[in-house]
Amino acid sequence: MNGGFHIVVCGSIVPDPLQTLAPIEGPTGPALKNELMLPAVLDPWAGHALYEAANLAKNVPDSKVWLVSLGPKAKLQQLMMSIAQKVSFELVVLDGPAGGFTDPCEVAAALAGGINGIAGLDRSRLLLFGGCSSASRDAGVTMQMVAEQLGIGDQFLGVDELTIQADGSMKLLERIEGGQYQVSTCTGAPAMLAWATGNLPEPPNNPQIGMMNMRTVMPALQKAQPAPVGAAGVSYLGVELPKQRRETRIVKDLSVDEVAREIVEWLKG
Amino acid sequence: MTVERQTMEVDIACVGFGPAMGGFLTTLSRALVDENGQPLLESSVMPGAPLQVLCYERADDISFGVSGIVTRGRSIRATFPDLNPADIPMTAHVGHEKVLYLLDPLGASRRSTGVRALDEVVKILSSPKDYSYELPYIPPFLRKEEGFVLSVGQFTQWVGSQLMASGLVQVWPGMPVSEPLIEGNQVVGIRLADQGTNKDGSPAAGYMPGMDIRAALTVVADGPVGPVGQKLDRHFGFPAGNHQREWAVGMKAVVELPETCTLEPGTVLHTIGYPEPEIFGFLYVYPDRVASLGIFVPSWLDNPVRTSYRYLQHWMTHPAIWPYLEGGTLRSWGAKSLQESGRRGEPFLVGNGYARIGEGSGSTNVLTGSGVDEAWATGVQLAEGVVELLKAGKPFTKENLGDTYLARRRNSWVEQEAKEAEKARDGFQRGVLTGLAGMGLTGLTKGIMNLGAKISRPYERVPSLEEYCREKILPSEIEHLRSESIAKGSSLADAVMDAHGWPQIPLDGKLLVSQQDALLMGGKVQAQPGYADHVVITDPQLCETCNPQLCVEICSGQALTYTEGGGAPQFDREKCIHCGACMWNCTKPLEANGERCNIDFRAGSGGLHSAEN
Repeated sequence: MNGGFHIVVCGSIVPDPLQTLAPIEGPTGPALKNELMLPAVLDPWAGHALYEAANLAKNVPDSKVWLVSLGPKAKLQQLMMSIAQKVSFELVVLDGPAGGFTDPCEVAAALAGGINGIAGLDRSRLLLFGGCSSASRDAGVTMQMVAEQLGIGDQFLGVDELTIQADGSMKLLERIEGGQYQVSTCTGAPAMLAWATGNLPEPPNNPQIGMMNMRTVMPALQKAQPAPVGAAGVSYLGVELPKQRRETRIVKDLSVDEVAREIVEWLKG
Repeated sequence: MTVERQTMEVDIACVGFGPAMGGFLTTLSRALVDENGQPLLESSVMPGAPLQVLCYERADDISFGVSGIVTRGRSIRATFPDLNPADIPMTAHVGHEKVLYLLDPLGASRRSTGVRALDEVVKILSSPKDYSYELPYIPPFLRKEEGFVLSVGQFTQWVGSQLMASGLVQVWPGMPVSEPLIEGNQVVGIRLADQGTNKDGSPAAGYMPGMDIRAALTVVADGPVGPVGQKLDRHFGFPAGNHQREWAVGMKAVVELPETCTLEPGTVLHTIGYPEPEIFGFLYVYPDRVASLGIFVPSWLDNPVRTSYRYLQHWMTHPAIWPYLEGGTLRSWGAKSLQESGRRGEPFLVGNGYARIGEGSGSTNVLTGSGVDEAWATGVQLAEGVVELLKAGKPFTKENLGDTYLARRRNSWVEQEAKEAEKARDGFQRGVLTGLAGMGLTGLTKGIMNLGAKISRPYERVPSLEEYCREKILPSEIEHLRSESIAKGSSLADAVMDAHGWPQIPLDGKLLVSQQDALLMGGKVQAQPGYADHVVITDPQLCETCNPQLCVEICSGQALTYTEGGGAPQFDREKCIHCGACMWNCTKPLEANGERCNIDFRAGSGGLHSAEN
């Protein structure tokens, strides 16, 4: 490989996890109530991938990061004001739904199409990054499908650590069952890495990075291609949120032991 | 220790993104390029490029403003003549307006002899079943016809999205600004908050000193408790006779109304009289069976353990309000401090290198109870003045900003109405009935006649607990409550309200929830790690003799709590919703007859995560 990596991160928005979500039956199928009013954040899994990509690009000269986002343009624009302060990237926008009720295959096709359209992308240097899952969709298969469509055979799932070795090969830690890691090596790009949490904290906000990114983010939003992904042919039998128990009870002067006993009982229940 | 900071130069640095900044940036951005996108105003720091304008907002998103409002929207409509409320979620034209006087159905509130006499008159006039009386006449100065009810969160999101899409200005949320950069008597920019610090501000892993953003003009719109505005006030002082001594905490909720609710979108309901005579209430109905409602707890509610959350719940369950809400669901909740000194609270609006707009600049009209319209107007006025100076190639000196921005503001309806309203609330210093009479007098005579009063500092008004409770609680019981509070580190407000006869709220888990559940269900509070705490006790020793600690009692999110055994309160920023009430409720001045008290409200990260405010 000549030069650094060309790292393409697939990542988009999900509703801010602090919000209360309510599935409803919309005119075109299941949807989230007031979805466009809900604040959105970068999908936390994709966020880890983006921060790892930025860190890798910083440490490997001549590398570059693209962020390919499939989501409603207006919400993506708002999100960019937060994440564009954190790391440097070039944005590719696919204007489509991100509510979670989409078929991963259609999403993967749209993402692969967007990546194929990136000018100057060197496929021999390509590292395809994304979350191993999504906070809203959680299909856990989208990144593999994108990789297949791009012809990338080396695929790593649940990655927590990537080390570029002296000979240029990559050493990866993938999560497997039982809290253990599988250690793999790969000769180099192209490869797909679907990240778990990684090891990096969220970078601080840096105004200079924000200013630099804004030169390309707004034009990218203006050039957004429509990506009307959906779930053609899929019928939903039912949609519901994970069960959440909230039992408010005011009890005064309870001893610590009693509180602990109640919590244990509640957990057992 | 000398800290090496990065520096960035821009043309205009802005602090705080609310209605005032929305008005400023919208007006300014329209003047930056021609119809072909060619720069009309060139950057001095980046020659050839358009003006470089950056705005930093503390909250994690520009939509996280806290307020459900009714506004005549004159300045907003002037900026957007074709504004269609349907374009902004949770917005409707004002429809039916009414004002209710609420009687106390529980006999628990503290009512003066005058208020009790008024109650008797009202009982003769009112329907006894819902303990309320609808005022047959709403004076013109209180009416909001032709205006809107709207969510400030949704409105700022709508405005901000258009601004960002223009690409002409940049608005960066999630970035607290710690202070203005002042050299001599010139403001030369702002300093962003340090990141990667411990809670006490000392460097931790990943320490990144806040960057200095240097600019020819700094626009300050960080609201009534913003750190930049506060530090400007400390440095430059206030114009003679001006001060900020009148405050209120506005606590509100957004509620999905029950299907049985018959209130039409655009309905505006204001209340007086309950849960305490001094507390005002409001309910504004948005489209799709959603309402914004809440109460205002003013600094002249002379209660040493004043609180707002429990009062909000008692207000919601009043027989005149509850039928609209029963079966509803809490969607959002929050609180903010309101600067209620109006024009009397005006700081120096311009100086060399800076200008102030919005609520922190004293633009809120205390007679009409209107702030967003006025704030937006001040932003527009500043933008017009800035464009005039830029076109003329003149520097942003105090004199030039005075000739342009200040002159526009002084010659506008904002100023005219603010002058009329200046003494409108003085009567409340002497009691709620005198206050209401004073407002009426001021409003109906357009400010010619007023009931003047000496305006006390908030802490000067707070009576002792014994004095406050003298009619209903024996001194021995007060002593017991006090010592129990110190020993356990628990709040006194609940105990005192219980003793006054306020019943427990029947929690339903949907709308009537505990205060901590409100934080989880409706508040969605978050605090980023890596920032210093923003609520700081300046002199912890002063807290040793403070009990009850009003900062703890009023705290909207229960983020401040008593320390077991006494001493300075504990602060948990994971619960702080940045309302700033602790700052003006502190009863320990730093110096005799001083305006500043013992709580320093600084730049902080996080807060509410809800756009439905």
